[in-house]
Formats: sequence, C-alpha cells, structure tokens
Amino acid sequence: MAQITIDKSCCKGCDICYAVCPKKIFVRSKNRNHYGTNMPDVREPMECTYCGMCQRMCPDGAIQVTREEEPVNEN
Amino acid sequence: MNSLYQSYIRTEALPSLFCPGCGNGIIQMAAIRAIDGLGVRENLACVSGIGCSSWIPCYLNLDVMHTIHGRALAFATGLKMAQPDKKVMVFTGDGDCLAIGGNHFLHACARNIDLTVVMVNNYIYGMTGGQKSPATPMDAVTKTSPYGATDYPIDGCQLALTMGATYVARWTTAHPVQLEKAIWEGLENKGFSYIEVLSQCPVQGGKNLYGEKEPAAILKKYREMAKEGEITLGRFAQNNQRKEYLERVEQCLATQGWEES
Amino acid sequence: MSNIVYNDIIHLTKESKLIELHPFEILDERKQSMDFINLAEEKEEIPRKEPVKMVLQGNEACAKGAIHAGCRFFAGYPITPSTEIIELLAKEMQQVGGAFIQMEDEIASACAIIGARWGGKKAMTATSGPGFTLMQEALGYGVVTETPIVIVNIQRGGPSTGQPTMSSQHDIYQARYGSHGDYQIIVLAPSSVQEMYDFTRKAFVLSERYRTPVILLGDEVVGHMREKIVIEDTQVDENPLKPLSAGSPTTDFFQGGNSLVEGQLHDEEGHRIGHLPQKSGEFLNKLDEKILRNIDEITHINTYFMEDAEVAIVAYGSVARPALNAIKMARGVKDDRISTKFKIVKDVITKGVPQTLQTDYSHLKVGLIKINTVWPFPEEALKRLTEKVDLILVPEMNVGKYCREIQRVVRKVKVVSMPKSGGELPSPRELLDRIISEVGVKPEVREDE
Repeated sequence: MAQITIDKSCCKGCDICYAVCPKKIFVRSKNRNHYGTNMPDVREPMECTYCGMCQRMCPDGAIQVTREEEPVNEN
Repeated sequence: MNSLYQSYIRTEALPSLFCPGCGNGIIQMAAIRAIDGLGVRENLACVSGIGCSSWIPCYLNLDVMHTIHGRALAFATGLKMAQPDKKVMVFTGDGDCLAIGGNHFLHACARNIDLTVVMVNNYIYGMTGGQKSPATPMDAVTKTSPYGATDYPIDGCQLALTMGATYVARWTTAHPVQLEKAIWEGLENKGFSYIEVLSQCPVQGGKNLYGEKEPAAILKKYREMAKEGEITLGRFAQNNQRKEYLERVEQCLATQGWEES
Repeated sequence: MSNIVYNDIIHLTKESKLIELHPFEILDERKQSMDFINLAEEKEEIPRKEPVKMVLQGNEACAKGAIHAGCRFFAGYPITPSTEIIELLAKEMQQVGGAFIQMEDEIASACAIIGARWGGKKAMTATSGPGFTLMQEALGYGVVTETPIVIVNIQRGGPSTGQPTMSSQHDIYQARYGSHGDYQIIVLAPSSVQEMYDFTRKAFVLSERYRTPVILLGDEVVGHMREKIVIEDTQVDENPLKPLSAGSPTTDFFQGGNSLVEGQLHDEEGHRIGHLPQKSGEFLNKLDEKILRNIDEITHINTYFMEDAEVAIVAYGSVARPALNAIKMARGVKDDRISTKFKIVKDVITKGVPQTLQTDYSHLKVGLIKINTVWPFPEEALKRLTEKVDLILVPEMNVGKYCREIQRVVRKVKVVSMPKSGGELPSPRELLDRIISEVGVKPEVREDE
C-alpha cells in the first residue's frame, strides 16, 4: 500500500494534483496549509499505482509517495 | 515533503517565491530528477538571469550564480571556460533569453559551447507584473499591449537551430517525463543544448494569455494544443556533427604545438 | 603604514653631474647595468627571479603584468586604444595555460570574467570609454557579489565615439560612480609604462585582498607609448594577504561550498535581504567600510620635491609626466638626455621641451603630488601633504573633475583647476606659466622671444 503524505508547510493549494492523478486519489478538504489556502486530502491510498505524476507535478515538492512493503507470503 | 526535493533544496529558503501553480516548480523538479539520475550533482553549477524562472536554481543546494538580466549565458561561458570539465546549466526565461539576452543567445549557439540551457517560456514578463515578451502571441492583451500585441512572436527553438545549437527540444510543464528526459539528454550532449519549456504564469498571464486562469486548466490546454498540433513539441535536433567550442580550441592549439592545460 | 613614497632628490643642483633620471624611477645603480632583452625573441615565459629590463608599449606591459600576476582568463572586445592588450593576450594567455575568448561585446566580456573568477581563475578585461560604459552593470554586480576582477580602461576622448585615437582623463568620475547604486571602488592611474606593468600586478593583489573589482585607469598616452621597464620578478606572490569580505559567499565554485552568488543584497548564505531595510543598510555599510576602513593600506602616492614646496601640482595618470618635467625645470634638474639631443635643432623644437640650463622658473619652489590610487579618494593623505603649501594646481585632461574632490577636502589652501580639453597633454611650460600667473610674479623675458 502506498503511503502518501502532503507537507502543509510546502503546499500552496494550487490544485494541480487533483487533475494529474489518474486515480483521483486527491480530494478537496477543509485542511489549511501554511500558505493559507486549502490543501488536499488523500482519499484512498490503496488505489495508488505509483505512477509518480503527483510527485513530478507538485510545484512545491509537497507530496511524497512511499511504497510500503507487502508482507512476504512464505508458502 | 518529497524526499528527493528535500535532498536538493535549500529548505531554509522556503517557501519559494513562486505563486501557487507556477510552472517553475514543475521544471525545478524535472531538473532535480535529471541531475540526480545522471549523478552529476558534485560537478554541476547553475547560472541564471533575472525573472521568476531565474529563481529556479537559487533554491538548489549547488553552486549557483544568480546574475543580471539577459547576461546569464555570458557568465556561464566564463565559468565553463574556467572549469571545462564541469557541467554548467543555465536557467533563463523568454524575456531574459530572447529580448535583452538575444545577442548572447545567438553567439552562444553559434559558438556551440557546452552549456545546458533551460528556457522557461511563459509568454509573459511575470516578475515585473505581466508585460509583453518577445514570445507573447499576436493580439494577446498584456500590461504593455493593452490593445493587443502587434508583434510576430519569436521562436527560440528556430533561432537555436538556425544558429547551430546541437541539441534543441521543446516540451511543456504538462509533459514532465519528456522534459526530464530532454534535460538529461541536454546535459549529456557535448555542445550547446537548448530546452524550451512552455510554462504557465497563472497570476500575470491567466485568462488573457492562455485562455484559462486555473493552473491545472492551463496544463490541460497545453496537452490539447500539443495533440492538435497547435504547438510543436519534441526534440528538433541532436547533432553530433558540429564540434563543441572548447574541443575546437583545444584541437586548434594542439595542432600548433601548444597543450591546453 | 605609509604608502607615500618621498622621491625628493633635493641634493641635485644645477652643478651636479648628469644623472639618467627616468620619470618616476627610483635611482638604482644595479638597474643601469643590465642587458636589454628583446621581447620579439622571447618564445616562452620562464618564471624568473632576477630582474629583467625590456622595452615595451604601455598596453603590452599591462598584458604582461596580468600574466605575471596570475591572470589566467581574459575575455574582451577590441576597441581603440586598448586593442593591443587583447591582441597580446590572445596569443600569450593560452601559452601560459590560461583561457582567452573574444566575446560578442563588452557587456559579455565583463560578465564572462566574473563567471571565470568564480570558476577559480583570475580574470581581466580591457576596454576604452564606450566599452567601459557598457560594462557598468556587470561592474556593479562584481561589487555587490564581492568578486575580484580587474577592468582596464585606456581612456580616450569622449563623450560617445568622441576621439578614438586621442587621450583624455574624462572617465575619472565614471570610474568611481559609473554604475548605479552606492559603492566604493579602487582605481589606479598609471603614468608610465613601468606603472602600467606594476599597477596591473597591484590591481590583482588589491582585488583579491578586498574582494572587489579594481579599475586600472590608463589613457591613450600611457597605453601607446614605449619605454624601458624593469621587471623585478615574474613570480606570483605566494603569500597573499587574507581576503576581506562584507559577508558574501567567498568559496569558489566546485569546492563543495554550494555558493549562492546573488546580485540582490544578500546575507552570508546568498539569500536575498533586499526587502529588509535594516539588514540592507548594514550590508551596504559593510561593503563601504571594507574599503574605506583600509584606505591607508590602499592609498599609494608619490611625491617629488615636496619637502620645501610652496606650490604643489597634484596630478594623476599621464598628466603627471609633464608635471614632473615642470618640477624639474623649476628646480633646475639637469636633464642632458633631452637637451643634448636636441641642441642642434633647438630652433625647430616646439614649446614644451624643457630647457634646463637657465630656467625662468628657478625661483619657484614647486613640488609634485602624484596620486596613484585616485579612488578611494585619499583625503587624509592629501590634507597632510598640502599643509605647508600656499597654492595647489590641478592639471587634468578633462573639464576639471578631480580638482573638485581636492577643493572639497583641502580648505585652507587655494586650489586652482587647470582643465585641458581636446586630447593634448599640457606642456611643462604651460603648467609653470600658470603657476606664475597665480602666484603673481612676472616671468623674465626669454632669449628666444
């Protein structure tokens, strides 16, 4: 599962991430960033395909997507 | 924050002066990815002129020279000649490169000196509040063309090709993968590399210029225009026939018995 | 530490023997006996520790001085009367392992040398009036980023295209105030080919020490004349003084310093502070004080016959040459080198050649204060040197610019400006006649009139 974090000291609320995520994982929220605008929330990290577009397209480097290790099936 | 971003950025200088949705941040990330991918961080320096795009390298934790309007290429030429084995990257804008810096641009291309130039073309003078630039399309309304621009826009890629740059490419901020690859190839190219990036200035350009106000909408527009063929993107030249400037100088001296040190 | 060199040779009288007194040369018997070296035969610059004597043009001496000072990058654009500098360095810079490039204009040249200096190579450019005007923005950038560079301005008549082949001292104020903004600058004014060589080397030392651009303010006379010079040694100084900084980054690129070189007012990290009034004011003050606090170390003045002088000529650059000859005429210094040669053709000689046997000016107690570091303006030194003087004459090849500085500072003494426009040096007779008219004593009737 992906761990997706958005840094509120970087995010400026430009709304680009909503448009570029192919899985529409980012949604609008009432959370405020330090810039003073609304920052996104992560809707469903399970659906992330690790395309990395949000990391490339966030102009302020606020988004970090980390792939969390799946538990190994020993069978 | 993004871990790669954090490792390259002077975090004490944040928040950056870029407006929300500015294309410069996207270009900055593409450049960071290219530099990191190539592994040239220790041997790279950046030079920039004046304008919003010239602030891109100022946030990078590298050797950076933030110079005067239009003259980045001249500073970069001196720096490259003093350290020919290192890589020098130049960040400039449509005004910085095509207006005041036009002459230096022509000569740097003709010289084919090994520099990698990222020209951020947002079709406007953003830093000073939205005046027309040499790239502004005809009829666009800006602060200094209130009746609509009456000039034919200048195409930096065509100029670069004509003057002999050996790597010329144009992408947009809506094509970050191709942009990163182009910067990578430009850095690898031994010669003058010119990468133009069509970008957005949502605050000063906005609806008057791009027909859209929201950054995401402008990006969508770029993708559509590319698909329709209204803007030509891609790699226009990758020419290894022309020798790079410092190579030519070294060869010239060597054939006459002088060794370059 | 005093940098005022007293060249008073008061023991010389009309009766003393012939002494080969080269302008501004300190008497040194060792130098008299060396062999000449023909520059044309020199193929390679071998670093020497013994002094060598050669005949050079002023511009050539400047170029040589740069190479011997360790300059390894030159970017320039040809312009009369500085072209010989770029031409000589086009050849020799690459021979000593440096880099040379003729840029597309003077703006690019000034920018390129700043870029090269941050790449670790000492750098210089040379130009004249019109090019110097173009370089002002880059010069300001060099000042605010504290980049050590040397800019040579071989002055010609201005304004604009002006007088391309004639000398002048029009740019004295531009050298100080040419760029926009508040700043201090170091400007050296050579008066001979020897000084074109020495001061170029000095310019590099000063620029590195004070981390500032330094201007070598020559002119067409000194640039194009040929004289014999002595080069003490061609080694770069191994133990330079520690550089002073007002707080900008100082690490050259590619040393792991991640230097951010910024044209806006900035802090030690290179981050901009232009929007903060107090910090900005402090930075500007520090930039100024970096130079002004050390004015004693920087100031370099030569004086001649000032010990008992009642009248002082204050001159700089090529005008100091006729000024010194005027002093020699007045003090009766025998200069057979000139008068024996021209004895036969005495009638044909135009006014200005010193006739030293019986001068009409022998009653004048004149001295010369030759200012080598014209900027920063040596206020205290000038006040001290002119304490006992009744009249100061300031000849210049311009409308009388530097005189205003002297008038501003020296209040107790009458300061007379002697401007000359058009490109001709004032002659020694002109200077002395002017002194006499100011002092109020009529000259005796001369034999040839």
